Amino acid sequence: MTERIGVYVCHCGSNIAGMVDVADVAKWAGEKLKARGVIVARDYKFMCSSTGQEIIQKDIQELGLTRVVVAACSPHLHEPTFRTACERAGLNPYLCEMVSIREQVSWVHTDKVAATEKSKAMIAGGVERVIYNEPLEQLRVPINPATLIVGSGIAGIQAALEVAESGSPVYLVEREPSIGGHMAQFDKTFPTLDCSACILTPKMVQVGNHPNITLMSYAEVTNVDGYVGNFTVTVKKKARYVNTDLCNGCGVCQDKCPKKVIDPVFEAGLGYRKAIYRPFPQAVPKYPVIDRENCTFFQKGTCKACQKFCPTGAIDFNQKDEYVTLHVGNCILATGYDLFDARRISQYGYGRLANVFTSLEFERLSNAAGPTGGKIVLRDGVTVPQSVGIIHCVGSRDKHYNNYCSVICCMQSLKFAHLVKERTGATVYNFYMDMRTAYKDYDEFYQRVLEEGTLFVRGRVAEVTDAARLPGEEGKLIVQVEDTFIGKQRRIPVDMVILSAGLEPRADSKELGKLFGISCAAAGWFIERHPKLDPVATMTEGIFIAGACQGPKDIPASVAQGAAAAARVIGKIQQKEISIEPIRASIDKERCSACRICNNQCPFKAINYIEATAEHRAYSEVNPALCQGCGTCVAACPSGAISGAAFSTSQLLAQLDGLMLLNVDGDGRGARVEETVPA
Amino acid sequence: MADKTFEPLIIGFTCNWCSYRAADSAGLGRMKYPPNIRLIRLMCSGRLDTTFVLRAFANGADGVLISGCHPGDCHYVEQNYKTQSRFLLLRRLLAQMGIEPQRLKLLWASAAEGAIFADEVTKMTEEIRALGPLNWRGDEGRRTKDEGHSLAVGGRRSAVAEVAA
Repeated sequence: MTERIGVYVCHCGSNIAGMVDVADVAKWAGEKLKARGVIVARDYKFMCSSTGQEIIQKDIQELGLTRVVVAACSPHLHEPTFRTACERAGLNPYLCEMVSIREQVSWVHTDKVAATEKSKAMIAGGVERVIYNEPLEQLRVPINPATLIVGSGIAGIQAALEVAESGSPVYLVEREPSIGGHMAQFDKTFPTLDCSACILTPKMVQVGNHPNITLMSYAEVTNVDGYVGNFTVTVKKKARYVNTDLCNGCGVCQDKCPKKVIDPVFEAGLGYRKAIYRPFPQAVPKYPVIDRENCTFFQKGTCKACQKFCPTGAIDFNQKDEYVTLHVGNCILATGYDLFDARRISQYGYGRLANVFTSLEFERLSNAAGPTGGKIVLRDGVTVPQSVGIIHCVGSRDKHYNNYCSVICCMQSLKFAHLVKERTGATVYNFYMDMRTAYKDYDEFYQRVLEEGTLFVRGRVAEVTDAARLPGEEGKLIVQVEDTFIGKQRRIPVDMVILSAGLEPRADSKELGKLFGISCAAAGWFIERHPKLDPVATMTEGIFIAGACQGPKDIPASVAQGAAAAARVIGKIQQKEISIEPIRASIDKERCSACRICNNQCPFKAINYIEATAEHRAYSEVNPALCQGCGTCVAACPSGAISGAAFSTSQLLAQLDGLMLLNVDGDGRGARVEETVPA
Repeated sequence: MADKTFEPLIIGFTCNWCSYRAADSAGLGRMKYPPNIRLIRLMCSGRLDTTFVLRAFANGADGVLISGCHPGDCHYVEQNYKTQSRFLLLRRLLAQMGIEPQRLKLLWASAAEGAIFADEVTKMTEEIRALGPLNWRGDEGRRTKDEGHSLAVGGRRSAVAEVAA
């Protein structure tokens, strides 16, 4: 045996030592694995502490270790720690192997003898494996300083501005014709009652004018390739039928367009827009789009009113969808949420009873720039309600729909109560389960609404109906609810009902996640790298998330996450280059039979087939920049021509032998039979 | 073969991104399962060479667990589907070799599914215990607690050489 191996067994306080006889394990490794090259085996209270690391470093330098095995926690926790320690002592970090005797042994087993035996076997596996480890160099790749941000609600806007301000280029991709997201639809924001547009539009303008931001509205990401530092992204810019180089945003086209359609997106179905439209006057960018489905020219072949009246000749009916390729180093997804479809709870009558509104509809109703100019009226457009019921937790905290709390609805409902009271003087009922008014100044706002005389009924609403049973109920909406404070069923007649609908993940969040290689939790929100300590990074390097796409949150939290994601990206950009794991496959040209079986195994198109020429025969080769290191091709190669760094066949088979204690010294077991195995 | 003290040896191949992390989260949650399984980490279940499984059996394993990401959730897009086809192939092959195909098990477990991992390992250990030792190496009886070799296997590697050859 030529390798000189050191084995280090960690107590992890009592986490490991409480179940595994660590001293015995270390002693056993020193004696029984001597023939395999183990020249030193030690146990220590905390291997990850600086003293623990120094023990390893000292042994490497003084005993000339060529391989290190650390039996401690999961490599997902401390592999970088011990690899770095080895590197500091001059040993290639990939010659260090970790054995997880905490997560896989001491924490999950209850029999001390068996746990100790299993630890020995696992260490034997680690020792056998490490013999075949090869020194590897991390690949250094430059980081493209450009950043892609998908979604331009307040989280995306914040992130874009932060990154752009740091001096790096940003591509901001937005699906709708204008940036702004949901926040642009709101009238007031809780708890300060700031006008939403007043605080949002300056930021939108800043985004529109920023020299470092390339704004791509009315566009969608269709493909993502590559890896951290070097993503290649394809963006589909949907045809606007307006030449943005010529358009000056005067809005004449919109005035002259004869086709009026209900706006289901920005006006939440409450108001109208034209077939050529800009969602709202302060839209950024200012250029309108033609809605092909509703445009008279596209549907009937005549009209062209917009073209006739456009003073700059910017209307272009022949425009086509355009695909643009972007090269970016990092991506931030800030795609927001969808409102829960209140039609799904049929007993609340939304879509059937005219005066049942959703929260988003009410936002438009109360918005000074909305379809009623901020007048709170019933669906007929004129009648001012005398009494209004606001129902909380519609589609949230409900095992039939979504188990989670949508976070914003309590505060949003309080805001509605205040606005109704202020503008109409109507009697307002809040039907709630629990009031959740955490965070700064929120509970003070609740107190204020209480003092204003809003009535609160604690209980989940059973039904909203227009079937009058009692005097005074005719022509009203009756809210049937159990008032849990008095323990009685109540029927409360009101003129208007507002459903505080919950937030749901975007309908296409799964597909988007797949595109970027990140996953969604059971409810559909994107999964962060760590729920507490790493809330904006994801398991995929270089992909970050911000805002409501990670989970329901309000505006301040979305802004904070947008800025946090930007800070992470700026940090990466400033490193200029990034090291990536050298876990890659490679093909031995000489052994390759050019059968092309591996070609179809790779989902990353990393394997290229090289045709035969006069100089050489045909073979396949791996492009290390595209290879992700899964090793599927290694397993599939019938010639054994492909090897996988850090997970080679010899390493894995050796570990397998070790786990079965095949080569333990002096235990009646034969020495390892050396045989030729594919690399 | 229904020796009460028979302790089966199970080798588990896990994916770095989900099932290995499921084992981690089982640990973090202090969920208990029998100590009969020993894990090998692969970057992806797609790295699983079918010969690894045969080598494990030949070397003395009584059961082999292959685990990876749920269909559609593969960290490497779709490689777990390839694992699945290899698994199906291996099950048929084992049956043809006269080995109970139930000795090979496929488990999809995400990083969050520590409980599922622990449950399935517990179940599998009992199933293999009921099947008895595979005894492919001809070292029957060497892995009983009575002899103090509760988890070790002994013998030479002749069987391995035959399979590998």
